[in-house]
Amino acid sequence: MARDAGRGESHGRGAPGRPKKRSGVLGVALVRASAALAVAILVFIVGYIMLRGARLMTPRFLFGSPEKMGREGGIFPSIVGTVVLTLSSVAVAAPLGIGTAIFLTEYTREGLFSRIVRFGTESLAGIPSIIFGLFGFLFFVIRLGMGWSILSGSLTLAAMMLPTIVRTSEEALRSVPDIYKETAYALGASRWQTVTSVVLPAAMPGIITGVILAMGRAIGETAAVIFTAGSSLRLPKSIFDSVRTLPVHFYILAREGISFENAYGTAAVLITAVLLVNLAAYYVLYRVSKRRAGGI
Amino acid sequence: MSRKERIAEAILTVVGLSSVAVLALIIFFIFREGAPFFAEVGLADFLGSTRWSPGKGHFGILPMIAGSFFVTLGALVVGVPLGLGCALYLSEFAPKRTAAVLKPLVEILAGIPSVVFGFIGLTVIVPLIRDHLGGPGFSVLASSLVLGVMILPTMVSITYDALRAVPQAYREGMLAVGADKWQTVTSVVLPAARSGILAAGILSMGRAVGETMAVIMVAGNATIIPTSLLDPVRTLTSNIALEMGYASGLHRQALFATGVVLFVVIGALNILARSFVRNRVR
Amino acid sequence: MLRRKEILRLPQAWLLLCLLAMALLSGCAREGRAGSITLAGSTSVQPFAEILAEEYARRYPERPSVNVQGGGSSAGARAAMSGTAHIGMLSRELAGSERELTPTVIAVDALALIVHRDNAVTELTKEQIKGIFSGRITDWSELGGAPGPIHVISREAGSGTRDAFDGLVMEGEDVLPRAIVQDSNGAVRETVAGDPRAIGYVSLGLVDDRVKAVKVDGVEASVETVRAGEYILVRPFLFVTKGEVPTGVKEFMEFVMGEEGQSILAGEGLVRAK
Repeated sequence: MARDAGRGESHGRGAPGRPKKRSGVLGVALVRASAALAVAILVFIVGYIMLRGARLMTPRFLFGSPEKMGREGGIFPSIVGTVVLTLSSVAVAAPLGIGTAIFLTEYTREGLFSRIVRFGTESLAGIPSIIFGLFGFLFFVIRLGMGWSILSGSLTLAAMMLPTIVRTSEEALRSVPDIYKETAYALGASRWQTVTSVVLPAAMPGIITGVILAMGRAIGETAAVIFTAGSSLRLPKSIFDSVRTLPVHFYILAREGISFENAYGTAAVLITAVLLVNLAAYYVLYRVSKRRAGGI
Repeated sequence: MSRKERIAEAILTVVGLSSVAVLALIIFFIFREGAPFFAEVGLADFLGSTRWSPGKGHFGILPMIAGSFFVTLGALVVGVPLGLGCALYLSEFAPKRTAAVLKPLVEILAGIPSVVFGFIGLTVIVPLIRDHLGGPGFSVLASSLVLGVMILPTMVSITYDALRAVPQAYREGMLAVGADKWQTVTSVVLPAARSGILAAGILSMGRAVGETMAVIMVAGNATIIPTSLLDPVRTLTSNIALEMGYASGLHRQALFATGVVLFVVIGALNILARSFVRNRVR
Repeated sequence: MLRRKEILRLPQAWLLLCLLAMALLSGCAREGRAGSITLAGSTSVQPFAEILAEEYARRYPERPSVNVQGGGSSAGARAAMSGTAHIGMLSRELAGSERELTPTVIAVDALALIVHRDNAVTELTKEQIKGIFSGRITDWSELGGAPGPIHVISREAGSGTRDAFDGLVMEGEDVLPRAIVQDSNGAVRETVAGDPRAIGYVSLGLVDDRVKAVKVDGVEASVETVRAGEYILVRPFLFVTKGEVPTGVKEFMEFVMGEEGQSILAGEGLVRAK
């Protein structure tokens, strides 16, 4: 920390005649310490789970069926359930979210209508997952008679991830230079042609990053899923079957003390999945920013 | 306009309304399920009574309102300074390359499932509090610590954006008149980003109020108004998640009514946050 | 053309479209589930039902598979009434409008009062238990244990175990609001196992060597004392069905009530339904 203090002061030294500020030294040290603490917390959480759970990530655990409520055996049905649930929610949310973003950026001017759409999206972003869970339970499970199923769960999750996809897609679309569009229009392209052949391809990496990040959140969601997709331990045969996703399985294993060992194993798989998904998102972003930087 | 163009526009218009439609559906279903309860029991008895005993027809959620309030306050006390410091470091003090690595790391925190936070709270923080500070360990303190960490990503990324939005010229101007980096940050950058930081705080608050699974695991869920940091509490969200599966009749309605209260609180926070963002110096 | 566009712009039209699509999908959903049996309800019964389902699939792979959901006793009864589940699982007696359902007692469960392994207290009367859970007795020294505040661990309102405890022990009195509330038998056990000052109640089948079950009114909690009718804190585990059930469900019920199912349940620490 002595080093940051020095760093903070070095800027001060450039001003002749000014007394050195102790508050500055302390302030910079605190700022640095809080950043270090945040990283330490992340490392602790990941380390805590991985140290206990990583050795359980064997093929037998990953591809085996749970036995005795999950006390023994593997977590294959939960992995399948999580993957299917996440992918199908993306399949619903991505077209809607990207469509909304295209609508907001290319098809409407700022006005009452776009304000309403934006208000809807932003409000949705702030709604806690438990409320989504209640809604999904009332609407999909009960009212529409879908029962606890992948279908109910993924529609609920889709509603939850919609705002994230809209926001990130909108950002990506807006970052496409106007000159691209203007060129397309000058060449006589229609609006839809411009969007599909110029704007979307240029914004695609940003959109993909947003979708992947939304997926990362969906993988870990518990409260909304437990009310809508249920907690059946069986391997789902169709989207009308109930599944127990990894976070729900982890919650039940750890909470009810069925098996701490398998709970750690499940959590390790979950954390690995989240890290991989995040990594993928940043990789896409990194590749693009590098390409852009090189191109200009 | 060609036919294809018109179809595309029509479809996009419809799609654009999807989030509004979802929002409307959510409001409709939650309120329809919760509203009859207000008529039956009365707002005063619901919001003002401390007795929650659904089996005997007592539905006072004052302890849960207090619980959500204290736990959220605690989370802010933990998370806001930490997040602010973190964002300041990333935006103002860190070398570019360090910031490029650290920022994604903090954002990964947002991806870690809440059950994992709750579980670590349960196996690390709760026993620590029980053995060294007393009480059952399940407490306002444990929940505040867990939630404080959970709101970090929200706090950091929105604050960071707000700080980055402050024009570089402001900083250069200060440095040119001989101020040091810290003076520049405290006297120009922070004030200029004030409303953005406030918005970050409010949105983090929304996150803390709405968190469910992690809180259930560490809060203890007792229906009392806590008088100490070591007392167990129950939040609005835990009240719903804990009892929803079992509830029927009036009890079930009471839980949906709890959802309505939660919804109103979150809505108010969001509108507040939005008004700050709108007033922000761009 | 223009009119169609305007119609599509109306939010109601979009909602309607949405609903229509959902309705179609849900039609499929009902059909799709016919191939399996769904159980839903009490989280106390759930672990046992899961083991039954597992064994059933192993022994009769050709028969429909059994899906087990939690949700709680009331949700189980509701699910059985609405047809969301074929069988509802309850850890309490049927009440009110639920009585239209057909109950089958699959096993009897006992509630064990558990304390930390190191707790010196080994025996409590029902009156003492009531005193502890209503908040009149607050220190372990009043019960002959090491001095220190009692940490009361209870279950959430509406859960079958809580209902049974309220009926068997509390007899109309409120559980003190300060009680820690956990949302499953297992969570209560884990809490008690980690806290030397805690006391809680769980299904007898879930008591293990990490916690200690105390004698109630001088009677140890065990399968034998329950069967002999000596242990007083007992409750039924019910499977409830509505009206005439499909063959697949009937076969599963026969499996549960037959020697195979009953010995599985007994092996997990429950008491046979005679």
